[in-house]
Amino acid sequence: MNAIFEKLAMYFQFPFVQYALIVGILIAFCSSLLGTTLVLKRFSFIGDGLSHVAFGAMSVAAVVGLTNDMWLVLPVTILCAVLLLCSGQKAKIKGDAAVAMISVGALALGYLVTNLFSTSANISSDVCTTLFGTTSILTLTKLEVWLCAILSVAVVAVFVLFYNKIFAVTFDENFAQSAGTRVNLYNLIMAIVIAVVIVLAMNLVGSLLISALIIFPSLSAMRVFKSFRSVILCSAITSVLCAALGILISIVAGTPVGSTIVAVDIAVFLLYTLAGWILRRAKH
Amino acid sequence: MSVITCSDLSLGYDGKVVVEHLDFRVDAGDYLCIVGENGSGKSTLMKTLLKLKSPLSGQITMGEGLRQTEIGYLPQQTVVQKDFPASVEEVVLSGCLNRMGLFPFYRKKERDLARTNMQKMGVEHLAKHCYRELSGGQQQRVLLARALCATRKLLLLDEPVAGLDPKVTAEMYELIYRLNREDKITVIMISHDIAAAVRYASHILHIGHTPLFFGPTREYCQSAIGKAFAAAEEVAL
Repeated sequence: MNAIFEKLAMYFQFPFVQYALIVGILIAFCSSLLGTTLVLKRFSFIGDGLSHVAFGAMSVAAVVGLTNDMWLVLPVTILCAVLLLCSGQKAKIKGDAAVAMISVGALALGYLVTNLFSTSANISSDVCTTLFGTTSILTLTKLEVWLCAILSVAVVAVFVLFYNKIFAVTFDENFAQSAGTRVNLYNLIMAIVIAVVIVLAMNLVGSLLISALIIFPSLSAMRVFKSFRSVILCSAITSVLCAALGILISIVAGTPVGSTIVAVDIAVFLLYTLAGWILRRAKH
Repeated sequence: MSVITCSDLSLGYDGKVVVEHLDFRVDAGDYLCIVGENGSGKSTLMKTLLKLKSPLSGQITMGEGLRQTEIGYLPQQTVVQKDFPASVEEVVLSGCLNRMGLFPFYRKKERDLARTNMQKMGVEHLAKHCYRELSGGQQQRVLLARALCATRKLLLLDEPVAGLDPKVTAEMYELIYRLNREDKITVIMISHDIAAAVRYASHILHIGHTPLFFGPTREYCQSAIGKAFAAAEEVAL
């Protein structure tokens, strides 16, 4: 046990390990806040879909030769998020089908473009890095950490200020609209926030992890808690703890960061499911 | 004293007309039941009254100083709500949103209003319970309490007894009737249940692509269409 702590203490002297922990926790926190509404609105796969869109846009940016691909990636991803979340009940292609279509389409086109016009010698490794974020969380700069911190504060502020409206719109869009709540405006705000979180998170931790960070904590919390507020609080705390634990384990055991966090999330989900089952049993 | 007046209203979607030439008015204190077969445009009419949809042509006028946001709406349940983690209190409070403007949090007066309406609907003891674990009748009472938080004047109810058993259905109708009589709340209700409509409503609007009947309940029972519809119901029963 002592050996493990010594190893951790040694690693924590490196700034890149500190950065990884800070950024991992912030992203886990933000995505768990958004996760509950997304899961309830049947948009669990939107993290996956949008990160594939971001991947497609990145490939195009790389081929075109943009020095800073953010200028292309962010607008394209926001546009897709708005298309998916704001078309709502009017859309001809709905929910899961629309997400699947955009996700698969963007991934395929992105990979195709990379292959056709690639400048790099090692395509599969580039693609793998984008999808799994194997190393990027360990190569963060101070600037990126600050960017992430500012973004997280903004996401939390939006969420707290609009909390009651977000609840009303998620629970019953028609009622909220009939009572004069500007449903489309809140859907738009949510779509933009989600797109921004996903694009930044994807650069840092990879697109596989971002999807897991959005859905697992909320699903776990929903096994046990029964009011909206308690589910949100529980999923935020769970998400932060799982991310921290995952990063620590990956440092000690030398496993990939992203997939270790997801593995911890899965274990916690099973624990919560068991806890929910026991609680229900105890009640009867 | 008219709360809502519709003149030569045509409704539909994607350019397809569902109902046309709708002319009717609802006065303060009325209890209007909208009846008609499936697909006759009842729900479309209700969505138009709520301004969730815009009419193809014609006009809706609101009177009595009634603002669009002061309508209490009881929608049909959605799939999302079946596994939504929300306490009864949270659901009822969300009915107060229209009186808060840009202020982000519930204040004491909103909490008091929610509590009063939960008491009125007899669900106060369930305040901390999970909405999805309640019975169908309890869920409808919770949604009615939420609608009452949003209005003091006009309730729009979309099939409020769908899926409820006979005993709970009767209780629900009594509850709505009391709100209409004692609290002087104008009620507009969509219903399949012609027998109950005739028993409780003061006016009936029967639609099927064109308005087939509009007027006081007593006259509806005498009319050819009312008799035919009632007879068909009895056969079905």
